[in-house]
Amino acid sequence: MNSDKVLIKMRNLTKIYRIGQNEVRALDGIDLDIRKGEFVSIVGQSGSGKTTLMNIIGCLDTKTSGEYFLNGIDTSKLTDNQLADLRCSEIGFVFQNFNLLQRMTALENVELPMIYKGVPAKERRERAEMLLELVGLKDRMKHRPNELSGGQQQRVAIARALANNPRIILADEPTGNLDSKSGNEIMKIITELNERGNTVVVVTHDPNIAAQAKRIVRIKDGRILGNEVKAQ
Amino acid sequence: MRYVQALKIAIRSIFSNKLRSFLTMLGIIIGVTAVIALVSIGQGSTKSVTSQIQSMGSNLIMVSVMGRGSQASLTYEQAMTLKDGNYIKAVSPVISSNVTAKYGNNSVDSVMVNGVNSDYQAIRSIQVAEGRFISPMDDEGRNKVAVLGHNVATELFGFTDPVGKTIKLNGQAFTVVGVLALKGSSIAGSDDDAIFIPIKTMFYFDKNKNIRQIYIGASNPDTVEIAKNIINNHLLVVFKGDTSAFRIIDQSQILSTVNSVTTTLSLLLGGIAGISLLVGGIGIMNIMLVSVTERTREIGIRKALGAKKRDILLQFIIESLTLSGLGGILGIIAGYILAVTLGKAMNIDANPTLSTILVSFSFSVLVGLFFGVYPANKAANLNPIEALRYE
Ligand SMILES: Nc1ncnc2c1ncn2[C@@H]1O[C@H](COP(=O)(O)OP(=O)(O)O)[C@@H](O)[C@H]1O
Ligand SMILES: [Mg+2]
Repeated sequence: MNSDKVLIKMRNLTKIYRIGQNEVRALDGIDLDIRKGEFVSIVGQSGSGKTTLMNIIGCLDTKTSGEYFLNGIDTSKLTDNQLADLRCSEIGFVFQNFNLLQRMTALENVELPMIYKGVPAKERRERAEMLLELVGLKDRMKHRPNELSGGQQQRVAIARALANNPRIILADEPTGNLDSKSGNEIMKIITELNERGNTVVVVTHDPNIAAQAKRIVRIKDGRILGNEVKAQ
Repeated sequence: MRYVQALKIAIRSIFSNKLRSFLTMLGIIIGVTAVIALVSIGQGSTKSVTSQIQSMGSNLIMVSVMGRGSQASLTYEQAMTLKDGNYIKAVSPVISSNVTAKYGNNSVDSVMVNGVNSDYQAIRSIQVAEGRFISPMDDEGRNKVAVLGHNVATELFGFTDPVGKTIKLNGQAFTVVGVLALKGSSIAGSDDDAIFIPIKTMFYFDKNKNIRQIYIGASNPDTVEIAKNIINNHLLVVFKGDTSAFRIIDQSQILSTVNSVTTTLSLLLGGIAGISLLVGGIGIMNIMLVSVTERTREIGIRKALGAKKRDILLQFIIESLTLSGLGGILGIIAGYILAVTLGKAMNIDANPTLSTILVSFSFSVLVGLFFGVYPANKAANLNPIEALRYE
C-alpha cells in the first residue's frame, strides 16, 4: 500500500456565506493534506466550520476560492454529474442524524448508492446483505429505520457508506446523537474500517472521540490551528 | 434499469399515501371519464341521427317554395310537370294543416293532416300495416278518405280496427282506409303522428290550393344531382330566374348540415371535458410541489449518495406520470361504464371507440408529463447542502 499518496489536498481554501450584507467566513484559508489510509479527526467547537469543510471534501458543496484536489483531480474543473459520480463511488458519508430514508428497509437503504452506480439487482442485494452482516445487523435487514435504535441506524448508515467500496469515509459527528455505549461501538467499527485500508475522516467536537484517530486536526473560526500526529 | 428503479420508487411513494394519491388522481379520473363518456355519447347520437336521415331514403329531394312577388306558390299542375318519368319517377306536393280528429268520444287535438297523392308512399318508403294508402282514384274523386299514422290510430281507436270506420276531422267525416306501420321519429317529422288525405280533397277541406312543399323521388340515388338540376331549371323558368324563390335540398345535404352541427357539438363537449383534465393536471402539479417540499431532505440524501440531477428529475416525472396514467386507466374504466350505461338509457350505441380511449389516455399522460416537469425540475435543482439542512 502506497501510504504516501495524497488523496485530499487543499490550498488556501475559503468558503464564504453571504447573508444579505453580512459575510460569514466559514472556512478561511485552509491548507490540508490527507494521505491514503489515514485516520484523521477534525475537531473544533460548534460553528468552527467542520461541517462546511466536510461537505467540501465530500464534493457536496463547493469552495469560494483556493484549490481542492481529490485524488489528484482539480475538483473545480468537474461538472455536476462528475461530482455526483465522485460522491457515488469515491466517498461514503456518515451523518450525525443518520439520514436514512424512512420509507425503506435497512437493506434498501444500503442498496441505494449501488442503484445510482448501476450495479445489477442481484449483486446489489448480495453486497448489501454482506455489508449489513459486517456491521452486525444480519437479523435487522428488513427493518425500517424507525424500528431500529440510534446505534443500529448509524450502523446501517455505515453499511450504506461502504456500498460502492469508496476510498474515503467521511463521518460528521457520527456519535453525536448516540449514547456513549453505542457511540463507542460505532467508533470501533469506524476504526476497523481504517484498519482494513479505508481513508477515514471523522469530524467531532468531542476530544475523546477525536483522540481515537491517528491524527488530529484542530480547527477554529474556519482556520486550522494545528496538527497532532499520535504516536502509533 | 434506471427507469425500472424510478418506477418502483414512484409506485411505493404513491401507495404509501393512498388517500392523497387517490385525491390527486381524482381530477384526472373525472377528466378522462368525462371525455370518454361525452365523446362516446356525442358519437353515438351522431350515428343514430345519421341513420335516421339515411332512412329517409337516398332518392329523396325536397322542394320548398318561398315564391316571388305575386307568384307565392305553385299550382298542383305546375308541380306535377316536374315528373318526367325518366330521372324523376315520383312527385307529391304536400299541403299540411292542423285539425282536431274525433272518433266517437275519443278526440285528439292539433293533429297534422297532410294532403298528399299516391306517389308519396313510394317517395317516403311508407309501409302500410292495414288497409291501403291513398290511391290515384281517391285523389281524382276527391274522396273523403284518410290514412292514419300509427300513433294517431292507437290514440283514436285503441284496440279497435280503424279500417272502414268513420272519423271526423274538424267536424267533417272521413272514412279510414288504412293504417301505417310504426316508423319511429325522423328528422323530417314523424309520419306516426300524422293523418294523410288525398291532396285534391285537401284543396277543398283546407280551402287552399297553394303548393309550397313538394316531395320528389329521383329514379335512383346516382341521378339525384341530375334530378335536382332538372327541377332547378324548371323552377327558374316558373319564377323568372329568381333563385331565392325556392329551395331544393336532398338527403346528403341534410346529412352534411347535421354532421357539421353534431361535430361542433362533440368538439365542444370534448373541449369542456378536456378542461377538467387540465384542472386535474394542475391538481397533480400542486401535490407534486408539496411532495417535493416534503421530501427535500430525501432529495438531499439521494444527492449525497450520488444521485445525479437527471435521476431526481426522472424519479419525480415518473411519479407524476404514474399518477396521471393510473388516473387515466381508472378514468377509462369509469368512462366506459358511464358511456355504455347512458347509451343504453338513451337507446343509442355509445360504446367508446378504441381511438377515443387511446386519445384520452394519451392526453392524461401528457397532462401528467406537462405538469410534472416543473416540480421535478425544482427537485432536481435543489442544492444538496440546503436540502440536507432542511428540517
Ligand atoms: N448555509 C449556510 N448559510 C450561512 N451560513 C452558514 C451556512 N452553513 C454554515 N454557515 C455558517 O458557517 C459557520 C460554520 O458552520 P459549520 O461548518 O456548520 O460549523 P460546525 O459544523 O463546525 O458546527 C457557522 O458560523 C455557520 O453559521
Ligand atoms: Mg457541524
